[in-house]
Amino acid sequence: MSQVNRLTNGGRIDRSQPLNFSFNGQSYQGFAGDSLAAALLANGVDIVGRSFKYSRPRGIVAAGSEEPNAILQIGSTEEAQIPNVRATQQALYSGLVATSTNGWPSVNTDMMGILGKVGGKMMPPGFYYKTFMYPQNLWLTYEKYIRKAAGLGRAPTEVDPDSYDYLNQHCDVLVVGAGPAGLAAALAAGRSGARVILADEQEEFGGSLLDTRELLDGKPAAEWAAEALAELQGMPEVTLLLRATVNGYHDHNFLTIHQRMTDHIGEVAPMGMVRQRMHRVRAKRVVLATGAHERPLVYANNDVPGNMLAGAVSTYVRRYAVLPGRKLVLSTNNDYAYRVVLDWLDAGQQVVAVADARTNPRGTWVEQARARGVRILTGSAVVEARGSKRVDAARICAIDVAKHKVTSSGEVLDCDLIVSSGGYSPVVHLASHLGGRPTWQADLLAFVPGEGLQKRVCAGAVKGVFALGDTLADGFEAGVMAAAEVGFDAAVGTLPSVEQLNEEATVALFQVPHDKSTARAPKQFVDFQNDVTAAGIELATREGFESVEHVKRYTALGFGTDQGKLGNINGLAIAARSLGISIEQMGTTMFRPNYTPVTFGAVAGRHCGALFEPKRYTAMHAWHVANGAEFEDVGQWKRPWYFPKNGEDLHAAVARECLAVRNAVGILDASTLGKIDIQGPDAREFLNRVYTNAWTKLDVGKARYGLMCKEDGMVFDDGVTACLADNHFLMTTTTGGAARVLDWLELYHQTEWPDLKVYFTSVTDHWATMTLSGPNSRKLLAEVTDIDLDKDAFPFMAWKEGEVGGVPARVFRISFTGELSYEVNVQADYAMGVWQKIIEAGKKHGLTPYGTETMHVLRAEKGFIIVGQDTDGSVTPDDLNMSWCVGRNKPFSWIGLRGMNRQDCVREQRKQLVGLKPVNPQQILPEGAQLVFDPKQAIPMTMVGHVTSSYMSAALGYSFAMAMVKGGLQRIGERVFAPLVDGSVIEAEIVSSVFYDPKGERQNV
Amino acid sequence: MLNIFCPHCGETRSEEEFHAHGQAHIVRPENPAECSDEEWGDYIFFRDNPRGIHHELWVHSGGCRKFFNATRHTVTYEIYETYKIGEKPSVTEASVAAAKASAQGVTA
Amino acid sequence: MQRYSGFGLFKHAFSHHENWQRMWRNPTPKPVYDVIIVGGGGHGLATAYYLAKVFGVKNVAVVEKGWLGGGNTARNTTIVRSNYLWDESAQLYEHAMKLWEGLSQDLNYNVMFSQRGVYNLCHTLQDMRDSERRVSANRLNGVDGELLDARQVAEEIPYLDCSKNTRYPIMGSTVQRRGGVARHDAVAWGYARAADALGVDLLQQTEVTGFRKENGVVIGVETNRGFIGGKRVGVVTAGNSGHMAKLAGFRLPLESHPLQALVSEPIKPVIDSVIMSNAVHGYISQSDKGDLVIGAGIDGWNGYGQRGSYPTIEHTLQAIVEMFPVLSRVRMNRQWGGIVDTSPDACPIISKTPVPNLFFNCGWGTGGFKATPGSGHVFAASLAKGEMHPLAKPFAMDRFHTGALIDEHGAAAVAH
Repeated sequence: MSQVNRLTNGGRIDRSQPLNFSFNGQSYQGFAGDSLAAALLANGVDIVGRSFKYSRPRGIVAAGSEEPNAILQIGSTEEAQIPNVRATQQALYSGLVATSTNGWPSVNTDMMGILGKVGGKMMPPGFYYKTFMYPQNLWLTYEKYIRKAAGLGRAPTEVDPDSYDYLNQHCDVLVVGAGPAGLAAALAAGRSGARVILADEQEEFGGSLLDTRELLDGKPAAEWAAEALAELQGMPEVTLLLRATVNGYHDHNFLTIHQRMTDHIGEVAPMGMVRQRMHRVRAKRVVLATGAHERPLVYANNDVPGNMLAGAVSTYVRRYAVLPGRKLVLSTNNDYAYRVVLDWLDAGQQVVAVADARTNPRGTWVEQARARGVRILTGSAVVEARGSKRVDAARICAIDVAKHKVTSSGEVLDCDLIVSSGGYSPVVHLASHLGGRPTWQADLLAFVPGEGLQKRVCAGAVKGVFALGDTLADGFEAGVMAAAEVGFDAAVGTLPSVEQLNEEATVALFQVPHDKSTARAPKQFVDFQNDVTAAGIELATREGFESVEHVKRYTALGFGTDQGKLGNINGLAIAARSLGISIEQMGTTMFRPNYTPVTFGAVAGRHCGALFEPKRYTAMHAWHVANGAEFEDVGQWKRPWYFPKNGEDLHAAVARECLAVRNAVGILDASTLGKIDIQGPDAREFLNRVYTNAWTKLDVGKARYGLMCKEDGMVFDDGVTACLADNHFLMTTTTGGAARVLDWLELYHQTEWPDLKVYFTSVTDHWATMTLSGPNSRKLLAEVTDIDLDKDAFPFMAWKEGEVGGVPARVFRISFTGELSYEVNVQADYAMGVWQKIIEAGKKHGLTPYGTETMHVLRAEKGFIIVGQDTDGSVTPDDLNMSWCVGRNKPFSWIGLRGMNRQDCVREQRKQLVGLKPVNPQQILPEGAQLVFDPKQAIPMTMVGHVTSSYMSAALGYSFAMAMVKGGLQRIGERVFAPLVDGSVIEAEIVSSVFYDPKGERQNV
Repeated sequence: MLNIFCPHCGETRSEEEFHAHGQAHIVRPENPAECSDEEWGDYIFFRDNPRGIHHELWVHSGGCRKFFNATRHTVTYEIYETYKIGEKPSVTEASVAAAKASAQGVTA
Repeated sequence: MQRYSGFGLFKHAFSHHENWQRMWRNPTPKPVYDVIIVGGGGHGLATAYYLAKVFGVKNVAVVEKGWLGGGNTARNTTIVRSNYLWDESAQLYEHAMKLWEGLSQDLNYNVMFSQRGVYNLCHTLQDMRDSERRVSANRLNGVDGELLDARQVAEEIPYLDCSKNTRYPIMGSTVQRRGGVARHDAVAWGYARAADALGVDLLQQTEVTGFRKENGVVIGVETNRGFIGGKRVGVVTAGNSGHMAKLAGFRLPLESHPLQALVSEPIKPVIDSVIMSNAVHGYISQSDKGDLVIGAGIDGWNGYGQRGSYPTIEHTLQAIVEMFPVLSRVRMNRQWGGIVDTSPDACPIISKTPVPNLFFNCGWGTGGFKATPGSGHVFAASLAKGEMHPLAKPFAMDRFHTGALIDEHGAAAVAH
């Protein structure tokens, strides 16, 4: 299809590079340099979507990031689907496939549109709060249909093929926006030698310079922009980021920039390229040169395709050589909008009329238009657009702005394009992200950035400096100032000359009056994307929604993906008028990131899948994998859970592993336990203060179990600590608690007891630990070590230094299984070799590798706790029946002592750790099951505790459990019941929590 | 994201390297056994939680692992100073109020 | 009160919606009220409503420094569930749940309470144990709950990555099918309208600057609009509770932290329920408008700025993409923060205070929205009688002295 609306000359497009694309299944052609929106307009596409609530046909309104309507689905394959792409910000590429997001069967003939027309009358703002309430149980059904109708585009159903990343950046000056002010600021700062980042959201640097009719030094402004860009490109300290939206301004001058690296090339990034990148920038100074958005006027039927922003039409004509119509009517309240008239005439097209709300406009461009024969109706405005799927006429009436009244019956003029301009709203978003409220400047009819704590300066239109020459000067000054503030000498330079235009004041017109009341006039749209009308805003205020936030929330004003860039100021002006207060009193809503939407994947960066969080492996991991281990996630560690053989399931494997340890010998990779090296003359005293038990008498060469509490007296970690020398200890912690405990020790040392001479070093990764456990462990270890393992030379709870497997080792004779055990620690680099030697030597001793599950069963048979499984942060040592581990008479009031003496911690009937023996020895209580004394009671039942650990014991031949039970230690021999989800009840006897070898003889042989 | 000067490292680094530990200058009672339950509860749980100037404890967990204090405003998030454990803050609620008062005095 | 219905909408369409009444008045303060509620968020408005409706106390003012429902009510992720571990919490939140069921009809205001189901995913063996414990406790407490295995999770939640390829593969999930979401603003507005109709004065733009006491007993509040007398005063100011306590002359065991959330652009339905993961740390639902509503974690430092740090948002989206890889190409529209008052045991404080006749309801931390009706109801009962409601009693402030905490932190229940 030919590009019916394309001019034969001009524009910044490359006519030698035609690009084919499709929209709603139809093939079209555009040119390199087009935005998708420009290409659609070039091909005469009027309707790009259907509105959200009323299903009204909608066309392209704007040319930039403020576009509310042209929100399209892009993607030719399922995995490449991109929802909600703003056509004005999407570069055209060959093969682009776009579709509308709403409309059935098509956007041109939409069935919902009929419903929207009829039902629309019943859908004022907040209608959903007033209905769908009865009957109560039908809401989910109503909701199903509401949900189906809502939403814009759709997420892909397949996984994203692209990758994303982020980059940390530091700079002296970050310049946001590369329009006239931004380019000037970057030049000034760049010339000073400062490290500068210049970021712009568009496909080209230059902003309004790319389409303005004004000249710089007598040449097209774009030429000056190109020269400026060339100079910046030559500066080694300047980074230029294109297609890069500064989307968030965070505390302490941290800003994020969302850069689209390949979206202009295709829907999926080429092989080896990153689709999008986040720049995480810490800037010493920020220059905000974010410009301004033109505001549309609000008039009846202003949403019919063919209603556009005046400036956007100039952009389409001059930058893209596209004519979005033929017969133009302008409705304006300001001078600057007249450029569209001149541009339109230059393009050889017909200007039907200009309706100017001012009574006597005489500015430079006004006069130029008048001189070229344009009919200017002063004191007038377009009050109503006519047409259903495309504008076919405009009704222009005389209006009284102050009284908000139509004062003539007006005339209806045939046209196919109504453009409007209600003034310019500075883009204050970034300046306001940190809560600094923008302030209303009545002379400018605009909110400008308010005060902020951040080290930033605003330049150009964002602070209400609109004239081109002033903007350039302001930007330049901002760049000089920002660089100077961080120590770079102000650079000298000249600015191009600009013809000074005579501009007259804008008149405060937001909503154009209609001869009918707002409620009865045809719909006057304020927020296109959310179908918010002037009548809706008036209704909200009538119903008592008086705060700007209430109006926003009740009407959904500004809630769209454009975040109200076009509609918000008009909306609050309408609300203010309706409430009889000023716009200043009305104030704005909060501005929040993002300026424009940011891809989830880009924010997530590389940190997904394999890189979501580090995986920690022990030195023997490869062996575990090779030997078929199943793994368990414990903290960040991958620990062998069990080693199934010949298709065993968990239970079979664990039973086999358990018996091997009880009857022969097993080996466990215990490297993940936290290990903290503690040195210093006060190390022993420190241990006394952080452990519940006493450390004064622990001899060199000995090890002891310790329990750690928080100040509230609740158990927080445990482990064995060995005395390596009088001033040197090695502490072990739980696997998950290692980092937490180290922080804890440092906290107390550094903030409470800095006088104690003691040092802590994490050595978790330095040492690998292999636990040999079982009656054969001594015989086995003897074959690979030079250490004397005689039971008297190397008794239980002692440790020795020597060689194991030919490398230096520390061997601890401690036991978590109740069997004769040795924990062999070697430097992690040697560990795989040592492990393999032990495995080899262990063959004749029946050595069996076992995992965490078997470890859990074996320790539970002995009643040993696992902090975090048998405890939950509400359990004291007494509750665990571990008073033996509490040194109440230690001289220093150690951490936890006072806490565990509080009223509630010493009361009767606390939950206590006990053993449970199911009456049916084959039944295994579910871990976590709640317990009751009376299973027949009605719900809600009185619960008395829960099962913390539960297993089938191969050694004992019956199931058993550990549990917290109210007053449990006084109830040994009594029964508890676990009512299960399936209705069954497991009955169990309360017993001692030590099931196996209660006298502890086996570990002490 | 906050930008924090570590008084031990002598460098300003991004918040990601640090962890906050709540209110600073909470001293563990000398003799816990003599504390009532109420006093002990106050020590471990009750906090000033001000809307304004806050002295707080931080640790440079991804750096030197040392603790230090910061004076920060809990509404603007401005950090006025960081200082080592054992040192006193130079900016306090009182000093800010005094500075404000004297500034007004000068202009008046 | 003008009654709302579908027929009403139809009728008003003929008069171009010009005749809808105000939802609430804008009254001038009376000199003295029986009860003053400080804080016009969901909890405060609910308290006022139940005082007037259930407990017959109609001479009530709600004093709000900004606009109704403008704090955490306006900023939360709208999740409602009651599957808490400990008896005390479960009973309180279940009390709220029962009031949620029927709230739209009670208020004649559609709060869009949508029982879409709330899933808490399990990624480790300990998650599974904790979940079994919680579901078991819920069921015996009369709160619905189920524990699903990985296969069931995959069947019930489309697009969730239930493969073994994830960093923390999903092993199972709890689900509370009666849980879901509600329209947050509507809850505040619905209570406000209904309370106003019963005679409650809703005083917006009225900031409390102090508490006036006589012989140590509170007799009213100082405000920017002058003194307002109150025989009893209930403070329900969430993140600003610490500040209020300071004005009243005592401290609370609370810290105010930023809690962030974000929404995507609206997309067609893809997430049908509420899905939460503690281990991966993200939670997500989809609003009726099509936005994905995503909650982030709490920032570690105290903050009243209603904004937090960017890395918190990054971690959250990493978790979301890790859980739902198909959402990678969807875009985040907007992010924001609230101020949550977190307590040491992740449970609220509903309590008398050292000042007679002054009551506080605070410390809801990250979990306040879901409790709104229950919190309001028990607090109203307590204010009406001057004695704490039985469901509120365990949440007294003195538990931080006696040590009788209700430690939901220690439990598997995610704190949102």
